[in-house]
Amino acid sequence: MNIPITVTVNGEVHQCEVEPRKLLAQFLREDLSLTGTHIGCDTSGCGACTVLVDGVAVKSCTLLAAQADGTEVKTIEGVASNGTLHPLQEGFREKHGLQCGFCTPGIIMTAMDLLEQNPDPSDAEIRHSLEGNFCRCTGYENIVKAIRYAAEKMR
Amino acid sequence: MAALIGKSVKRVEDKRFITGHGRYTDDIVLPRMCFAALVRSPHAHAEIRGIDTADAKAADGVVGVFTGQDIHKDEVIGVPTGWQVDFKNGDTMKEPPYPVLADGKVRYAGNAVAVVVAETAGQAKDAAELVSVDYNVLPAVTDLAEAIKDGAPQLFDDVPNNVPFDWELGDKAKTDAAFSAAEHVTTLEFTNQRLIANAIEPRCSIGEYAEATEQYTLYTTSQNPHVTRLLMCAFVLGIPEHKVRVVSPDVGGGFGSKIPHYIEEVLVVWCAKQVGRPVKWTAERSESFVADAQGREHVTRAELALTKDGTITGLRVNTLAGLGAYLSTFGPCVPTYLHGTLLQGLYTTPAIHIDLTAVFTTTTPVDAYRGAGRPEATYLIERVVDQAAHELNLDPAELRSKNFIPPFDGVNEPGYQTQVALQYDSGNYEKVLRRAMEMVDYASLRKEQEAARAEGRYFGIGISTYIEACGIAPSAVVGALGARAGLYESAGVRVEPTGKVSVFVGSHAQGQGHETTFSQVVADRLGIEMADVEIVHGDTGSVPFGMGTYGSRSLAVGGSAIVKSVDKIIAKGTKIAAHLLEAGEQDLEFADGKWTVKGTDKSLAFGDVSLAAYVPHNYPEGLEPGLDETSFYDPANFTFPYGAHIAVVEVDMDTGKIELKRFIACDDVGNVVNPMVVEGQIHGGIAQGVGQALLEGAIYDEGAQLLTASYMDYAMPRADDFPIFETDRTETPCPHNDLGVKGVGEAGTIGSTAAVSNALIDALWCLGVRHVEMPFTPERVWQAIQDAKSA
Repeated sequence: MNIPITVTVNGEVHQCEVEPRKLLAQFLREDLSLTGTHIGCDTSGCGACTVLVDGVAVKSCTLLAAQADGTEVKTIEGVASNGTLHPLQEGFREKHGLQCGFCTPGIIMTAMDLLEQNPDPSDAEIRHSLEGNFCRCTGYENIVKAIRYAAEKMR
Repeated sequence: MAALIGKSVKRVEDKRFITGHGRYTDDIVLPRMCFAALVRSPHAHAEIRGIDTADAKAADGVVGVFTGQDIHKDEVIGVPTGWQVDFKNGDTMKEPPYPVLADGKVRYAGNAVAVVVAETAGQAKDAAELVSVDYNVLPAVTDLAEAIKDGAPQLFDDVPNNVPFDWELGDKAKTDAAFSAAEHVTTLEFTNQRLIANAIEPRCSIGEYAEATEQYTLYTTSQNPHVTRLLMCAFVLGIPEHKVRVVSPDVGGGFGSKIPHYIEEVLVVWCAKQVGRPVKWTAERSESFVADAQGREHVTRAELALTKDGTITGLRVNTLAGLGAYLSTFGPCVPTYLHGTLLQGLYTTPAIHIDLTAVFTTTTPVDAYRGAGRPEATYLIERVVDQAAHELNLDPAELRSKNFIPPFDGVNEPGYQTQVALQYDSGNYEKVLRRAMEMVDYASLRKEQEAARAEGRYFGIGISTYIEACGIAPSAVVGALGARAGLYESAGVRVEPTGKVSVFVGSHAQGQGHETTFSQVVADRLGIEMADVEIVHGDTGSVPFGMGTYGSRSLAVGGSAIVKSVDKIIAKGTKIAAHLLEAGEQDLEFADGKWTVKGTDKSLAFGDVSLAAYVPHNYPEGLEPGLDETSFYDPANFTFPYGAHIAVVEVDMDTGKIELKRFIACDDVGNVVNPMVVEGQIHGGIAQGVGQALLEGAIYDEGAQLLTASYMDYAMPRADDFPIFETDRTETPCPHNDLGVKGVGEAGTIGSTAAVSNALIDALWCLGVRHVEMPFTPERVWQAIQDAKSA
């Protein structure tokens, strides 16, 4: 028995019916074709699927789509506005904060949450905030620089 | 037009990745696509008495269920290995088939037994649970030394003692003589533990078959689409290569684990034909852990012969190399020709011998993982050299300097012929070590270390100097060594009529930034804007036959192929320009994107010449129209990047926890096209090398169950495990390619592991700690301290 849900994703309202076991990550990718949210593991370990749910960074493989009923979700596709990159996106390009790009959307969403709570994080605070996100390519240093770049730009 | 080579140009591929518009294999949705789920063996070693698929076939949404009997009756044997290493006595390598689906026996936990295809991925997984397999469980074997003993569980009837081949390299008699005459011998026994690559993008493959045209398409997460196509067509499915297109779109990290041709690639293609619909398989992470080829796993005894004053006179190595349950694509090559051949290191060691035995165990197959053999060689040499310095009470830096091969540029001075087959291209090894020591302020740090000890604080300084063979490789050389492929690279450069340039490369990025660096090379050489160059890769339907990206080869080999094609374009363009300018070819010069008659202001722009090539109304007689050239570049030699890494660690004596306080890397990767990209590669490499030392390891229990099969259990490096990496470079050009480049993809990983290990031992040597096995978990370090104290 499918469950009816209403979810606002990147400002657009979606009324859908979803399988009870469908994860939010699968819903975004399969039902809405928002493939920028990536799935990297099945244990909420890697953070590649991180999105904002009502402004809070959430691993979208940890949440059932049905649980997202009535929420506002922001994915990587909704981060730039009218073709202008968000300072975080800019920072990742400026500071070479990505290589293969697979973990990048999740890390940008995690960092959005961090900067919302802490507009001037230290390097240690940035590194701590990334505990739940794996990057296998960069060694993290340029990711830290990218987030710091954005923090400075947003202040 | 400013020079582009050597500039930290921002990456052109980034925009799609930071906006969520990358296109990875799992993002692809085809009309009428259905989904595959694999039934994998829960046992490491078992006979299959029977498989009951009736319930699965009757389950909701199921389109088809297939077992080994279904696929192997079509004369499908199994996935082949790409390298043949014969026994020391000349006997042929034992090469048991690696079936696509188990052939009556499973040999590792995760071995595929059946495949279920259904309307949705969920339905396929549900139905896979309903496949009932009757196993007769057999004893498992994971320990390499146990596996080769008489009476050990045998994986294959025709591979006695589980040894598919043994191998040696170097002069045994000379080496034994060096040891007989040695004033000092340092001996180390250690394990280079098994690792799991853990690209964050799980593997994914989609097969498609169009009956009307008899064409197959495979979308797959591969570092080398043409190699996959060749192996699958010619050696597994027996389908015509020209009717098969393999597409590997954006790849979310590879690190070697996306080189092998995997059984899942075969399955989706074969299933697509059976069910008449596209079939997609995407690995869950728990599948990646057991079904992606793993890396390393050496058990080694290394002996170093020296004079009392620290001159190295010999190196003798005995290694057991774990290959897992089957021979993977590069499996036999990694511990032999990518490991034994690097045992010269940076030293003038006059006698070297390695004796290696390859071993099957009931575990996941082993193949290349970042560095592939070279990290194992570096760890071996640098641990034993450092150990010798401690034993002889010499400074580890001074012992290294004393034994370094003197500087040579490979042009005025010849390359350096090693004792283990390779000839190094160029290098100044002392210079990188001196620079790294300057960066860390070595002399002051040693004093600080002494002072700290007086306060009961234990920190250590660990040095590792390394060399690696990249730019693989001269085809004739590797062919003589057992490779079943050539290792050239291809590139096509098509100048469009309007002067825009499409470049079709056989290399295939998994995050390396080829679209940027290759564009820099092309735009720089043609004197045009980077925005006017498009790099096309990862599609056998559009690029010339290419060997792919691994072994840090893309710029040195693939980039050289691009340069060859660009030079052909310039040569043909010169003919056209000479005709149009009514001048002799020798009177023209090509610079800044135009041909100019020397000493005049008469010139023709690149775009004018390209237009003339496609609208050849006024055109040189006998010259073909068009401006489109393809080249294959087969390198003259390997390239040999090198460097010096220094780690500073502090040990918490109460808990055994190690803090990596500083990490310094001075690398020489030859000329550099994009310093930003190069530094990024070094950073990522260091993280993986340090990860091996401090955190990572694949652990199997006695029943050969992988205990570290999730991110709760396999310790992946996280952002707060690292300090800032302090990096610098020297640049010694490669003398045998036009760009003078050597390759950087693996350098960080190869050099860094031993630096951390040596730092730990340096911290604790004074307490009597002589060796700790990786990874250095607090428990292990604490135990080593206690053992040393009580000894």
